[in-house]
Amino acid sequence: MAVAQHTYSTNYRRRGAITQTIFNLILMAVGLIFLFPLLLVISSSLTDEVTLARTGFALIPEKISFDAYNFIRMDPGRILSAYSVTITTTTVGTVCGLLIMAMLAYALSRQDFAWRKPLSFFVIFTMLFHGGLIPTYILVTQTLHLKDSLLALILPYLVIPWYVFLLRTYFITLPKELIESAKIDGASEWRVFFQIVIPLSTPALATVGLFCILMYWNDWWLPLLYIDSPSKFPLQYLLYSIQKSAEFLTTGEASALLQTVELPVQSMRMAMAVVAMGPIAIAFLALQRYFVRGMLVGSLKGE
Amino acid sequence: MIRLTDQPTAKHRPGSAISEPDARPGAILWPTFFSRLARNIRKNGTLFLMALPGLALLFVFQYMPLPGIVIAFKNYRTSQGIFGSDWIGLKNFEYLFKTDAAIRITTNTLFLNTVFIITGLIASLTIALLLNEVRSRYLARVYQSSVFFPYFVSWVIVGYFGFAFLNGDSGLLNKWMERAGLNTVSWYSSPQYWPYILTAAHIWKSAGYWSIIYLAGMMGINTEYYEAAQIDGASRWQQITGITLPLLLPIILINILLSIGRIFYADFGLFYYVTRDSSLLYKTTDVIDTFVFRGLRSMGDFGMAAAAGLYQSVVGFVLIFVANWVVKRIDPEKSIF
Repeated sequence: MAVAQHTYSTNYRRRGAITQTIFNLILMAVGLIFLFPLLLVISSSLTDEVTLARTGFALIPEKISFDAYNFIRMDPGRILSAYSVTITTTTVGTVCGLLIMAMLAYALSRQDFAWRKPLSFFVIFTMLFHGGLIPTYILVTQTLHLKDSLLALILPYLVIPWYVFLLRTYFITLPKELIESAKIDGASEWRVFFQIVIPLSTPALATVGLFCILMYWNDWWLPLLYIDSPSKFPLQYLLYSIQKSAEFLTTGEASALLQTVELPVQSMRMAMAVVAMGPIAIAFLALQRYFVRGMLVGSLKGE
Repeated sequence: MIRLTDQPTAKHRPGSAISEPDARPGAILWPTFFSRLARNIRKNGTLFLMALPGLALLFVFQYMPLPGIVIAFKNYRTSQGIFGSDWIGLKNFEYLFKTDAAIRITTNTLFLNTVFIITGLIASLTIALLLNEVRSRYLARVYQSSVFFPYFVSWVIVGYFGFAFLNGDSGLLNKWMERAGLNTVSWYSSPQYWPYILTAAHIWKSAGYWSIIYLAGMMGINTEYYEAAQIDGASRWQQITGITLPLLLPIILINILLSIGRIFYADFGLFYYVTRDSSLLYKTTDVIDTFVFRGLRSMGDFGMAAAAGLYQSVVGFVLIFVANWVVKRIDPEKSIF
């Protein structure tokens, strides 16, 4: 009996080691497949333009060249302007959005707030039924006159109902005694909110804030609808307009060089994509666990 | 664990147990009503003020467009405005459903979203199960990061990635096919391949996100179940099918139901940027959202686009409502309302 058990467990362990290797190999392959497009774009941004045209996109550049990046550096106007638009909308939108959503969520989280239920429904209804694109577009452009305004890139995303409820769920878990005792001591609602609730809620606020940053940074929808002038293009929309027009490079300072040098069109597009992706990739690596935590708050609450 | 058979009882319904002690049905005593209102305002005024900016923004961007829905029943002219344009009854809908556009965008939306739900579930569950089996926490985190990464990449950039693979002259795929002696394909004008390409792009972008959610669910399972199963000689596979998957079922079901609730809405970025809005591909890639957008942008037919949009909103509303109702039966905590 003892012998049998021994054999069983060593067998089991040896099989375990083999399966571990297999699982690791499979996951490594999956991971590489998922990273492959990124690597391909980075490598083609570093490939010499003539080589790129001849051999096509390849994972390992046959002839390395930094021309694409040099051209971007020589004529950085457009990408810098796009960066500043994106940074503006992202910071203003995230800061204002967080404050507005937190205040709304806090009011809705208070069990003694008499209008909690009708107002919650007011928020929930927006998740269920939309007026649709056309009425919204006409409202924004003809009633609010926000066409080609940076406000059109910020205002529509300030209050996301889903995040309001995520914050509310968190606020409900805060001990009520803290709020009540502060109020007995004479603190106003505002003071309770800013000096007790907000400091206690930094994890939830950080998570929602990160999602807002990602949403504003990666937004291509609002500029596609509302922005016309190139000086107001955010990053994603600049990338889109580059993809659309091949002749974009022939404007600005770069055109002066056209006579002497072959312009790296293809590799430069890919370099632009890399430059635009940079910050979000770094943010991803640094802050990934906060995102994960936030996702789990949203999907597994009460587990 | 949450069972399907659990019926929500009264105590599960939030708020139903709490009722105002002096609330008497039927008779409204006006003096009481007003004094209570005054007390309410005094007590709740500040909280209401806090909620006000958010409510105002929702009012402007979500409620104010609602009257504009009537455009679907009008011959909209910009110069005449929404309410000045002529009523034309159901003409826009007639026109929409008479052409093959309505059928095409509806079937494309429903078919592709169904494929996305099924393949996405299989891919993310598989990744989560594999990650759950890996013993080295460090390696697991590396794998997890690399599958999660695409979630942070915008669809515009995914469009660039796709272009590196698919463009006719220098795309990687065609180069590979050349090398293998196959005929190259002009991908951006061959609609028959796009259901596969779009599915791959969808899996690539979202599988990491969902696998993290399922992995967290797996880590929440009590290890005693597995220990007991091992003592009984259950294999890893038996443990997965006998313990992990059944215990994960409620989360899976709820995610599927919520996706079904949104099945009438397509991921615009995927269908617009990854296809590069190539009109040659519309047969298999045109969905309700891209159709409405084109109505606004290139066709300039606001009436028909609004009709398609309203069609989407109404069917979408019914689906979300039904899906949420079912979710509420399974687990009241997870429902949206």
